[in-house]
Amino acid sequence: MSHSRITVRNLKIGATTDSGRRVEIIKGVSFDIAPGEIVALIGESGSGKTTIALSLMGHTRSGCFIEEGNIHLGDAEITSMSERARASLRGTKVSYVPQSAAAAFNPSKRIMDQVIEITKIHKLMPRDKAEEKAVELFKALALPHYDTIGSRYPHQVSGGQLQRLSAAMALIGDPDLVIFDEPTTALDVTTQIEVLRAFKSVMANGGISGVYVSHDLAVVAQVADRIIVLKGGVIQEEGTAEQILHNPTHSYTKELLSAFEPVLHEAIVSPTAAKHTAPILEVRNLFAGYGPVHNGEPSAKILKDVNLVLPRGRNLGVIGESGSGKSTLARAISGILPPYRGEVLIDGYEMPHALKSRSKEELRRSQIVFQLADTALNPAHSIGAILGRPLTFYHGMKGAERDARVVELLDMVRLPANLRHRLPGELSGGQKQRINLARALAADPDLILCDEITSALDTVVAAAIIDLLKELQRELDLSYMFISHDLSTVEAICDDVLVMYKGEVVEALPARDMSSKAEHPYSKLLISSIPQLDTGWLSSLEQDPDLVAEFALR
Amino acid sequence: MRHKHKPWFLVSQRLGIAFLTLIIVSFAVFFATELLPGDVAEVLLGQAATPEAVAALRESMGLDTPALGRFIGWLLGLAQGDLGTSYVNNMTVAELISGRLSNSLKLAGIVTLVSVPIALTLGIGAAMWQGSLFDRGISILTISVISVPEFMVATLSVLIFAVWLGWLPALSFGADTSSFLEMLRAYAMPVITLSFVVSAQMIRMTRAAVIETINTPYVEMALLKGALRSRMVISHALPNALGPIANAVALSLSYLVGGVIIVETIFNYPGVAKLMVDAVATRDLPLIQSCAMIFCVSYLSLITLADMIAILSNPRLR
Repeated sequence: MSHSRITVRNLKIGATTDSGRRVEIIKGVSFDIAPGEIVALIGESGSGKTTIALSLMGHTRSGCFIEEGNIHLGDAEITSMSERARASLRGTKVSYVPQSAAAAFNPSKRIMDQVIEITKIHKLMPRDKAEEKAVELFKALALPHYDTIGSRYPHQVSGGQLQRLSAAMALIGDPDLVIFDEPTTALDVTTQIEVLRAFKSVMANGGISGVYVSHDLAVVAQVADRIIVLKGGVIQEEGTAEQILHNPTHSYTKELLSAFEPVLHEAIVSPTAAKHTAPILEVRNLFAGYGPVHNGEPSAKILKDVNLVLPRGRNLGVIGESGSGKSTLARAISGILPPYRGEVLIDGYEMPHALKSRSKEELRRSQIVFQLADTALNPAHSIGAILGRPLTFYHGMKGAERDARVVELLDMVRLPANLRHRLPGELSGGQKQRINLARALAADPDLILCDEITSALDTVVAAAIIDLLKELQRELDLSYMFISHDLSTVEAICDDVLVMYKGEVVEALPARDMSSKAEHPYSKLLISSIPQLDTGWLSSLEQDPDLVAEFALR
Repeated sequence: MRHKHKPWFLVSQRLGIAFLTLIIVSFAVFFATELLPGDVAEVLLGQAATPEAVAALRESMGLDTPALGRFIGWLLGLAQGDLGTSYVNNMTVAELISGRLSNSLKLAGIVTLVSVPIALTLGIGAAMWQGSLFDRGISILTISVISVPEFMVATLSVLIFAVWLGWLPALSFGADTSSFLEMLRAYAMPVITLSFVVSAQMIRMTRAAVIETINTPYVEMALLKGALRSRMVISHALPNALGPIANAVALSLSYLVGGVIIVETIFNYPGVAKLMVDAVATRDLPLIQSCAMIFCVSYLSLITLADMIAILSNPRLR
């Protein structure tokens, strides 16, 4: 195997659970990486992709341990090394680009000190040489103010810049292998393009091998030569990027790919639409913001003059990048953040601005479902109690009547009735999000505000949630406002789409014509930035630099 | 959102709050003492005194003026640097306290010099080798020290080192302190006892604060850059744990000025804590007030100092 840079043979990694049980999380994995090759590890959460990537550095997270197998990095055999010998390889032979650079940079140290720390730890070069090299890398990674950015603290630069700085940190010691652990997952799409391009060009110039861990096939298609598909700690399929994308053989790979297929939404005719002439939701000239209020206006104004109409039985998508005010819009409509100007009408009735001044009936009509079921569900309450509370609050249900309704609600979201005795912590991510949805359904709402409800879920799980939302809509005559940064999800469920940018609605258009009919320059930029399942997409993508300079959040 | 506050603004805000706390505490102590049954006139004249004699003494001491008036008078005096005069022996409070305070500060200073470096080293070490035999040993030791009352530690050490072994003098004050070695011997037992008590809490808090930062992604990142354990902890974890550690240390040390009455009694050490307890027994208000102010000032300055360290160690606030 002298021609391979890294050789993994029959790798098995075990873990000890909190209850002391031992489980195998990587079940005999073997692969090779050639010099200059970039290999992607792809799979859903829990598939073991990050565990494998970290083991290439001889590192396992606490509670995990390498049970069996060999990892060769060049001539070095990592599995049998002492911790001190492994430390001497880290940063010099193999280095790491983390998922969230914002968390991986020490908040109390300057960026430059952290970027060149590898040269200091391994005594590679004098400080001034290291700083010179770092500035060159900053330049190669297209960072703005590359000669002074190093003197700042991590909180003083943007997320996309930090992610590129973390790549500079990984490359400073001239490693043979760089591990990218979902490095663009936390970024906005317009930012992601720049970061991916920067990664690609520095990797190609140096002839460095790479491991790219991701759950996003479209992103992986842009950077990887070869793709390894993982599930449950086992390699399902391995092949070149073209092979995997166009001729997948394994059923799981096909499932992953089909979740990417745009399924255009067919409008559902509401059975009661004829009776109700008023739209289910109408927002007129809405302004909202945060911070101390002076003269009736908050200091940080977020939403500016937002108008929208959502007819009964239809679904409205709200898209935009982080900071565009999507979530603030949902919070303002629901009254959690009372708007300071404008009107919110639900089913033709004007709602009081603040949550606490709305009546029970007004509250019942619109429900909100939050992005993270983990934080939205009280970990100390059983599922039965979580679903029972709104039943008592809105409908005064008690005892057997309430229990029967809880079982019905679980059935609606396709979960077994015995789940009501469990705690949220004992459920999977997809199950928790279903409970989150069931809690909203408990109120018998007409309108559900969905705030990024599929963003934290794996592709396949998210697709199932979208199907569930559609079924529920047909059965229960619901309307959704669906907030997301993921355009294909919005396409799959929405009739109309609002594009938001810096708190304003810049464009409203039908969802199915989103790509072809967008007219506002920001909408065009945003839509063209969504990675496509095509290995040549990134290299052939041309974006107007003026447009990028004006709108991209970099 | 960016923090627009400048550090000096944050610091002066802390100082302002500290000053306000001081006024409130002095008010509370004054009126709490007023609520106690009996007053200094009754104490001085004893049980056999006639009501007329007590009344006459009260009048001559100015105790018959309303409490609020006396409080304001005392406060005005304090503003001019006058701590007042003791009711009991007509000495100025400044004179009564000065000797005692320097004794207390000397003891507190020595205990600080001994306990803080040891506590920080043990706490950081326990965090660094979390779960090891060393860590578990430290945990058991600190929990036992916290749960055993300090009079037990003090009495036991007197019994062992002074009575049975005869190595150290049982009483610190009045012992021969002419040579350095003699001084060391004289202070050994109170210092050891107090160090035990204040270190335990500091060790536990330091360990917890460091472990919390060790579990952050940026410390894992340092590991993946090839850093050894010592560098990870000292260069990456510790600077971010400085705020909570400084607060834990300040809280423990503030106890050393006013809270050491048991140790002062057992080792017959003339510090301010004992002075205040005696003053309460005789209802000597000016003395009680001044002692309370000293305790409060030392507590507040330690806490404010810790807050300032926390602010200055965090670039996002600086």
